[in-house]
Amino acid sequence: MHMADALISPAVGGTMWAASAGLLAWCARKIRQTLDHRLVPMMGVLGAFIFASQMINFSIPGTGSSGHLGGGLILAILLGPHAAFLVIASVLTVQALFFADGGLLALGCNIWNLGFYPAFIAFPFIYKPLAGANRATPRAWAAAILAAVIGLQLGAFSVVLETTASGISELPFGSFVLLMSPVHLAIGIVEGLATATVVAFVARARPEAVPSPAGSASLKPALIGLGIAALIVGGAVSWFASAHPDGLEWSIAKVSGREEVGGGAALHEKLARVQEKTAFLPDYGFQPAEEPAAEGEPGPEPWPAVSAGTTVSGVVGGLLVLLVAGAAGLALRPRRVAS
Amino acid sequence: MAHGGTVQRMDELAALESPAHRLDARAKAVVTFAFLVAVMSFPRHEVVALAPYVLYPVALLSLGGIPARWILKKLLVAAPFALFIGLFNPLLDRQPVALPGGLFVAAGWLSFASILARFALTVSAALALVACTGMDRLCAGLERLGLPRAFAVQLLFLHRYLFVISDEARRMRYGLALRTADGRAPSLRVYGSLLGHLLLRSMDRAQRIYGAMLARGFDGEIRILGTARWTARDALFTTGWLAFFAAARFWNLPEFAGRLLTGELR
Amino acid sequence: MSHHIVEARDVHYTYPGGHEALRGVSFRITHGEAVAVVGPNGAGKSTLLQHLNGTLLPARGEVRIGDDPVTRDTAPRIRRAVGMVFQDPDDQLFMPTVLEDVAFGPLNHGLAPEAAAERARAALERVGMSHAADQPPYRLSAGEKRAVSIAGVLALSPDVLVMDEPSSNLDPRGRRRLMELLKSFEHTKIIATHDLELVVEVCSRVILLDGGLVKAEGPVVQVLNDEPLMLAHGLERPHSLRHRHPH
Repeated sequence: MHMADALISPAVGGTMWAASAGLLAWCARKIRQTLDHRLVPMMGVLGAFIFASQMINFSIPGTGSSGHLGGGLILAILLGPHAAFLVIASVLTVQALFFADGGLLALGCNIWNLGFYPAFIAFPFIYKPLAGANRATPRAWAAAILAAVIGLQLGAFSVVLETTASGISELPFGSFVLLMSPVHLAIGIVEGLATATVVAFVARARPEAVPSPAGSASLKPALIGLGIAALIVGGAVSWFASAHPDGLEWSIAKVSGREEVGGGAALHEKLARVQEKTAFLPDYGFQPAEEPAAEGEPGPEPWPAVSAGTTVSGVVGGLLVLLVAGAAGLALRPRRVAS
Repeated sequence: MAHGGTVQRMDELAALESPAHRLDARAKAVVTFAFLVAVMSFPRHEVVALAPYVLYPVALLSLGGIPARWILKKLLVAAPFALFIGLFNPLLDRQPVALPGGLFVAAGWLSFASILARFALTVSAALALVACTGMDRLCAGLERLGLPRAFAVQLLFLHRYLFVISDEARRMRYGLALRTADGRAPSLRVYGSLLGHLLLRSMDRAQRIYGAMLARGFDGEIRILGTARWTARDALFTTGWLAFFAAARFWNLPEFAGRLLTGELR
Repeated sequence: MSHHIVEARDVHYTYPGGHEALRGVSFRITHGEAVAVVGPNGAGKSTLLQHLNGTLLPARGEVRIGDDPVTRDTAPRIRRAVGMVFQDPDDQLFMPTVLEDVAFGPLNHGLAPEAAAERARAALERVGMSHAADQPPYRLSAGEKRAVSIAGVLALSPDVLVMDEPSSNLDPRGRRRLMELLKSFEHTKIIATHDLELVVEVCSRVILLDGGLVKAEGPVVQVLNDEPLMLAHGLERPHSLRHRHPH
């Protein structure tokens, strides 16, 4: 479920890297300022706990399947937003480095999608105000489920935005959202249940391990949080809707291939303009139509221009290069040394 | 999911001795980053021009003595999501494109092939980086490149205690399995208790580790020995590959090579 | 400033949950002595040990190392003189490689990286673990981990070595190696342990703790041979003493 490098552009990857790295640096500084040195081993061990917890499943009531903890929300509950964000980022980094679960340039996206929303939106604005002091009540369970669902929906939505803005995948915005949302709703419920049950146990067994929600039971922060979430979703949807009259119809038309050029071009034009303004590699965008045609081509084709690489020379040369690479691979292998 | 096993295998590979392993972590990190940016910056229907990039991961992995079968296995495991999303491309992008030999194919197939190629390239480059460097040297190198110390420390601690906590989790899971009749996963309540115990034990361990750190003078700052030295070989490695990536990005090398070959044949 | 005397004066300690672990413990250990702290589970051995380097501070009474009382302010300084080896080596070996872990102490106390690395290598040499310097800790056996954690403490050149169950989880060879190592140290040694045979071999004096109080104190043979005393406090006479012929 983590984004791969194959589906994003350097512009999108770079932007999200900047956002995540900036937030990471800020969190690191905040943690230093607390002078709580205890956090150093605690964050490391809790990150390992999150990893380990993914080995154990529970039966989802009512279905035949099982689920496990993701960890973003429970980390925020135990450590607070700043330390939690750091731990989530570290877990995602190890997953990317060791398990190839998520790309390295996509890591910035993944850290944002799976770290920012649970730690800085779902936890402070939804879980904390709604859960109440006693973590074993139905109210606390509901708060966990709601917070997890919203956190994951926002994350899934970001995945769609990032993938669409990159322009590598052809999946249209509407279909992608329709694909991701229900799946992540289910995942969110599972996450909420897992989080709630563990928190309930720990809060009963060792109350001081779960920091109590500071402040009153005011619902204002929760409403603010829901408002932010609604704005983000609403803004993106309306922007998308302005380019296409009806999301579902457009998706269907796209699949059938008829309205493709018209609808697609309008969206891509919009995105291209946005990207030109924000990208640091404006030439490496997803506007294949602007790429200069290679020599010997029959001439630029209407969108999408797929001129480069489809000539005989190109294919022959490509095969040659692959052969060279293979030979180099064989030649560079270390000699078998008797150990 | 054998988490500990995967990490352990990677650590074993990273502990090997080879010219690739001896390169400075910073050099490998910078080259990997440039590689990823270059590959990801291609237009989405580009396939053939990506071919030269195969040289880098293959060269590094071979030099490092990393088994090909291991790489392939990891690629297969990581493939599903990208594959799944990529498969929509041929469905949605029906613009016909002429291939050499008179074949016509939907442009979506080209971009799908491109996605597959990107996937294989980016994932193998990332794996090569870690397998030829290891967590320890990588974190130290990244820190010298600007990674915040607190985050590098977090990565190292996480890596260190991953096995320990995973082992405890494995034992708990085994203990549970021994007492479960039908092999089903436990109920929410039992799960909460199981993970709750694991969590409390983990927190207790963190407390003990903190005590051990204090006992040897911990004052909030983790200091490292830092023995990596940048050599001429590292500089050559970095500039050489960066130049190659740039050349392969701006010129269609396969095209050029192919034309040379076919031109000569004619 | 003499670090050579370890003294506890009427130490009381109660855990946050309410459990009164130490109820007035007093003793005096002089330079170079090898003293064992024995007693049943829950006697307060670990709690007592944690008072010796300032990890815990007494609710009443005081602990003195040399001329210094152990307080929050003096604790950092005291920890240079009193090295503590914990029960679970995994809690103690937290750095990525063995060498870096052993160098942790010296680096924290202001040594430059090269000097710290030198100290670390010397300490590893001392415990016979030089070959493992670049390995990650999890690859080591229990005995090797124990040796490395001792090296990590030795690297600070302490005057006093405090150990909590050092022979637990060791196979016979590992245990034998540990005992030879301990016998070769000239530091003051304070060892909390269930391993009474180790006590007979390595230590000269014994403090018997039960229910947070010192129930007996004296030379090893004298205390451990007292069968009724041992049985009364959840212990038993070690076999090596059983079969000793009186001189």
